[in-house]
Amino acid sequence: MSDIKFSDETLAVANKIIARYPEGKQKSALIPLLHLAQAEFDGWLSPAAMDYVASLLNIQNIEAYEVASFYSMFNLQPVGKCLIEVCRTSSCWLRGANEVIQHLENKLGIKEGETSTDGMFTLKAVECLGSCGTAPMMMIGAQFHENLTHEKVDAILETCKQEGKRKTYLDNVVVDKY
Amino acid sequence: MGKKILLAHDHVPGIQTYEVYRKHGGYNSVEKAIKTMSPEAVVEEVKKSGLRGRGGAGFPTGMKWSFLAKPEGVPRYIVCNADESEPGTFKDRYLMSRIPHILVEGMITSSFALGVNTSYIYIRGEYFYIVNILEKAIEEAYANGWLGKNILGSGYNLDLFVHVGAGAYICGEETALLESLEGKRGNPRIKPPFPAIAGLYGCPTVVNNVETLAAVPFIVNEGGDEYAKVGIGKSAGTKLISASGHINKPGVYEIEMGITVEDFIYSEEYCGGISNGKKLKAVVAGGSSVPILPADKILNLANGEKRLMSYESLADGGFGGGTMLGSGGFIAMDEDTSIVENLFTFARFYHHESCGQCSPCREGTAWMEKILHKMIDGHATLSDIDLLWEIQAKIEGNTICPLGDAAAWPVASAIRHFRSEFEEYVKNPKAINKVTRMAV
Repeated sequence: MSDIKFSDETLAVANKIIARYPEGKQKSALIPLLHLAQAEFDGWLSPAAMDYVASLLNIQNIEAYEVASFYSMFNLQPVGKCLIEVCRTSSCWLRGANEVIQHLENKLGIKEGETSTDGMFTLKAVECLGSCGTAPMMMIGAQFHENLTHEKVDAILETCKQEGKRKTYLDNVVVDKY
Repeated sequence: MGKKILLAHDHVPGIQTYEVYRKHGGYNSVEKAIKTMSPEAVVEEVKKSGLRGRGGAGFPTGMKWSFLAKPEGVPRYIVCNADESEPGTFKDRYLMSRIPHILVEGMITSSFALGVNTSYIYIRGEYFYIVNILEKAIEEAYANGWLGKNILGSGYNLDLFVHVGAGAYICGEETALLESLEGKRGNPRIKPPFPAIAGLYGCPTVVNNVETLAAVPFIVNEGGDEYAKVGIGKSAGTKLISASGHINKPGVYEIEMGITVEDFIYSEEYCGGISNGKKLKAVVAGGSSVPILPADKILNLANGEKRLMSYESLADGGFGGGTMLGSGGFIAMDEDTSIVENLFTFARFYHHESCGQCSPCREGTAWMEKILHKMIDGHATLSDIDLLWEIQAKIEGNTICPLGDAAAWPVASAIRHFRSEFEEYVKNPKAINKVTRMAV
């Protein structure tokens, strides 16, 4: 066993989630717990992190791997502190998603799918995030950034750099205009 | 102004909070149902309302509910499908983040109607920030006695939980959603058995879309007949339309079914016309899966009458000349849009989202993406258009779940209505590429 484990606070949240499912069906909590693990263990799911989640649910490690590898939001490799996910499907494409991606590539000096050398940013093009009416858009952590322009993108990157901290899906974010 | 049912109080400041929602009649349907109606009577009202599933399939909700098996001593479940992932669709996100209590209320009333004691809202992982909003609304509902044990002193118990996914379009398919909720990969199940017989944990389960469940409070409060009066024919009620693409006013609009497509696109009340004064070229009317139609066909029926925003009118003409209302994801494209390149984004999407269980879909979606990629790169030949056609035809109808069909229809319809554009593209890709600059 590795020494990877949740903080007491996160463990309490995990146990609360597990209790939402009927007796004997605790495997239902797998996806929510993998989210907790990814947020707590540096933004990605190492084999040790997945083993730990499996142990909390009394399931085989392979059950955690097969689920983690199926869903797009789970990172099986390390990512930068700010994972920038740019939507590229139809509605966003119609309103300039490709230009946004190109601008980010130029600005960050990396290609789509890569991480900046300082470990700050990973750029990822993703499929429809349900923000079609406010396209183009990108998501960093749990935050939707919408109606993007080059200037807006620059300002967001600047803020991320200044804050310097890891963004996760579990962040409590300011609700956008929706 | 058309009738508003779901968004009637959308512009009331603070409608997100329990107090304001309650002040505007919120939770009245729970009170009415539990205190004055039998569960069967609630189901009856939903049947009378003519409400149809708003996730895309349009199946009558009351009928779906009546299929639910009720064996003694076996729990049954309602699972709300908040996995909204159909490209072009963002209405559930809008509704849940603006008026979260309408979903909570709808789920309580519906759960009472079906004798359900535990319900789940399965929400896509990308909507994580809405999880917090829903959790807060649920907490408020517990604190005010609408959830938990012995609701309103009736002896009826209900627990409601939010369950978050992790990025998978396929989990919007109800059996994949149930697999995912059980902590597995989102591989759709072979049906039958349908979830109504063997759903979550093998127990009888109803899976309904957010918008469907949110319509239940109105139906219970005002009666199914009142709901059926709204809309047109078998397209009863209102529909949330997510409008995006090249229009002046993208956003979510609640329309009374039966308005003309033309009115929806051009009137100031809705989309406000095509942006930059351009002409409309094509529309995907119900989310990425439905057939794309050129401007004249989406605006008018074959007999010259105006096409309406309703299940029947959008489908008029069959697959040759019509489309579908689907999830209401309405994507408008202006005259400069490359149909080939837009189709490429869909093909790439379906390839990415295919769960890989069925060979025709797993292999076919990959082929379709590759061929379109080749076209955009300028290396395709005219026979590739026929190959594309053949592949989509071999996927359709040959898979466990409808993702295969959903991947095939956009390709089939694009070739059907815009074949000459594919041919031009193959002959001279650079000429077309200049407008949209697709980088692949």
